[in-house]
Amino acid sequence: MNIYFQLFKTFFEIGAFTIGGGYAMLSMVERSVVQKKKWMTKDDFWDMIVVVQTIPGVFAVNTALYTGYRIKGMKGAICAALGAIIPSFVIICLVAMFFVEIRDNTIVERIFKGIRPCVVALILAPALQMVKSAKITLKTAVIPIGAVFLVWWCDVSPVYVIVASALGGVLIGAYSYYRISSK
Amino acid sequence: MIYLELIYVFFKIGVFGFGGGYAMISLIQFEVVDHFHWMTMQEFADILAISQITPGPISINTATYVGFNTAGILGATVATLALCLPSVVLMLFVIRFLFANIENRYVQYVFSGLRPAIVGLIFAAALLLMNTENFPDAGIGKNNFSIVICAATFIASYFYKVNPVLLIVLAGACGFLISS
Repeated sequence: MNIYFQLFKTFFEIGAFTIGGGYAMLSMVERSVVQKKKWMTKDDFWDMIVVVQTIPGVFAVNTALYTGYRIKGMKGAICAALGAIIPSFVIICLVAMFFVEIRDNTIVERIFKGIRPCVVALILAPALQMVKSAKITLKTAVIPIGAVFLVWWCDVSPVYVIVASALGGVLIGAYSYYRISSK
Repeated sequence: MIYLELIYVFFKIGVFGFGGGYAMISLIQFEVVDHFHWMTMQEFADILAISQITPGPISINTATYVGFNTAGILGATVATLALCLPSVVLMLFVIRFLFANIENRYVQYVFSGLRPAIVGLIFAAALLLMNTENFPDAGIGKNNFSIVICAATFIASYFYKVNPVLLIVLAGACGFLISS
């Protein structure tokens, strides 16, 4: 089988069968890319995760791009990325086509009345888990609280919050490094 | 021009979308609901739910859905590709030049600021979804059925790690049985 097609197919399967987004698909990528296809070693895989988490964008697409690029350069990257994108693209186009029509149906409306508050909780839960994993202390708590206040209350674009917090991180980091090294 | 607007918005989301799916929710919400009014907060909650129960990343799903609803198949294609384009460019750059230095001091500094901010952005996204469109029966003297579902889901997800797909199905069933 052509290597481009293999890349496409592997990520198509990952894209079609992982429900629950980025991190849910990690183990599936590991299984097919490291164990089955042997496209990279386990160490390479974890290096990739570091890179993929560092750059912005869609986690699944970044993983596909990275793997494809490692194996077959730019063309490989594009084939793998298209494989990752196409399943959800097709599914959502179908949903968009029919959902608009059935949305006002009373049964669907009743079902979604139950689902909407559920979704809100499904966003709150990981946010609270991240409070632990991001090692937020009393001192650094001002950053997430400030972000909530600006975006929720003051309608500030999250883009500004992201840029400001990245800059702030660099300034504070560089300053404390300078202070330690000048002692 | 709608296509240019779609490209602009989703390219921007691709550039600033650090920290994965949940972190991108607030970016998408700001542009798509607050700024361009391409969908209501209620529709946004619906598409989040659909994203959770269908395979594929939330950001791709929203880009495709918004693109399709505003400008058909071509709009969906344009929005989805615009979302991924920054990744393609960055990935080439990262793999070629930055790869050896990814554990670089400055990269660490950037993330020491970004990580806590992203937590805040996710909270903001959840708070913005807590409006009367998504919680129509909340308030004193009303039955507060939506609050009960939200609280129950939170407990099941946070403390008992119940599968989100199952929770959405259960919440949908409750909605069907109880609401009017």
